[in-house]
Amino acid sequence: MDINKVNTKILPVSFDYYAPSSIEELLSILKREEEVVFLAGGTDLLVKMKQRIVEPKVVVSLNRISELSFIEEKEDGLHIGAVTKLRAIEKSDVVREKFPVLYWGVRAIGSVQIRNMGTIGGNLCNASPAADSAPPLMVLNAELKTIGVEGERRIPINEFFVGPGKTVLKSKELLAEIKVPYLPPNSGTSFIKIARTSMDIAKINVAVMVRLENGRIGECRIALGAVAPTPMRARKAEEFLTGKEVTDENLRRAGEIVSKEIRPITDIRSTAEYRREVSKVLTYDALRIAIREASKE
Amino acid sequence: MKKLIEFTLNGRKVRVEVEPNELLLNVLREKLCLTGTKYACGIGECGACTVLVDGEAVLSCLTLAIEVDGKNVVTIEGLAKDGKLDVIQEAFLDEGAVQCGYCIPGFILTAKALLKENPSPTEDEIREYIKGNLCRCTGYVNIVRAIKRASELIKEGEK
Ligand SMILES: Cc1cc2nc3c(=O)[nH]c(=O)nc-3n(C[C@H](O)[C@H](O)[C@H](O)COP(=O)(O)OP(=O)(O)OC[C@H]3O[C@@H](n4cnc5c(N)ncnc54)[C@H](O)[C@@H]3O)c2cc1C
Ligand code: FES
Ligand code: FES
Repeated sequence: MDINKVNTKILPVSFDYYAPSSIEELLSILKREEEVVFLAGGTDLLVKMKQRIVEPKVVVSLNRISELSFIEEKEDGLHIGAVTKLRAIEKSDVVREKFPVLYWGVRAIGSVQIRNMGTIGGNLCNASPAADSAPPLMVLNAELKTIGVEGERRIPINEFFVGPGKTVLKSKELLAEIKVPYLPPNSGTSFIKIARTSMDIAKINVAVMVRLENGRIGECRIALGAVAPTPMRARKAEEFLTGKEVTDENLRRAGEIVSKEIRPITDIRSTAEYRREVSKVLTYDALRIAIREASKE
Repeated sequence: MKKLIEFTLNGRKVRVEVEPNELLLNVLREKLCLTGTKYACGIGECGACTVLVDGEAVLSCLTLAIEVDGKNVVTIEGLAKDGKLDVIQEAFLDEGAVQCGYCIPGFILTAKALLKENPSPTEDEIREYIKGNLCRCTGYVNIVRAIKRASELIKEGEK
């Protein structure tokens, strides 16, 4: 008989546990141990452990490393520690005022309890194609800083995801910080999520950044989630819109291009057909909101 | 690799030996005999296991007990003081917000966190805040009303 794989009451796996209180201590653990699994808020990891999808031998908790939890405005942008709670990002005035697209993306995640526990780094490193913080950070061209035994790396978020649950992070390498550059003048952003219930992960989500230039679209970034193996940028639609006039026809055309460039599948949350169809209007609506925001300035 | 952890539980220091894979929910219920915190879905969807850790509503079914070492934990058993119910508990009784009661500890602790953060929430704000708590009996109307009433009782009490 097969073992019962789903037991939500206990964690059916025993492991060694470390909770270093500094990056230095963390690195010495990483040098010593062969393989580790990082624990942040646990809202993805513990669910997977309960289902025996992940069976770690060594768990390293990042939650006592205060150096990894911060929101800081600097000259080159907003710096967010990877272990910063989603709720802290949602409550940050800077995020709300200067990076509303990130605010809306984070706010769309789960419940208050989930956001009190879950971290931005966990949302990205879990690499769900539906992760709600990913499309906003992708249209903001965020840059990720990683730390590992071999040193630091800087990776554009648009090169971070490689497949469902997979990122370019190497074994024992962790995400340390997210740098979000400031938006240029005359720009606006938007985020829309469609889900079965307000607690569920997305059937599809989209984030947009538009910069206007003499009434035309000077620059445009469109990112979507739950429509491909990873969150993705809709480069063809972006290219089409760049330099174009803001007309209903152009925005609708962009929606159609998006609908062709995504690679959705049918799963428990939605069908590929629905995702393709709805991506058109979702892109159109998100573009409209972003353009309205850009015109406000 | 058992570890001795110490934390504040409902205002009292407790010490307990835990394995790294023990969940806070099970340690509260089975080792510390506080069964007010409920297990239902076990995967973060229902809020029945909600407790306050350092004042914030979190899910004890997805929290390793070892992670609360040194922290301040409040469960539903910690709300009544000197034999007197917390105003939120009273408001739930006044408004008939309880049917089978299984979800109620989670709702009350979530409401506690809400009212600390936002003492006069609108109905929409209440509904948004409790969306991670499921109730299969009441239909939520009386629960929302009870939280509204608790916020009024707190304001009256302050006058
Ligand atoms: C009920 C429920 C509802 C949810 N709703 C949503 C939703 O609407 N939208 C959404 O996007 N998500 C949702 N989620 C998923 C989850 O809450 C988020 O993805 C959350 O941000 C994960 O963060 P965490 O800190 O809890 O990650 P953890 O579970 O601690 O970690 C997740 C993964 O990332 C790795 N990891 C964590 N931090 C790092 C790091 N700094 N460096 C390297 N690796 C790291 C871990 O090893 C693990 O593999 C939901 C989850 C639940 C249980
Ligand atoms: S038992 Fe923890 S959320 Fe349902
Ligand atoms: S009162 Fe029965 S589940 Fe809420």
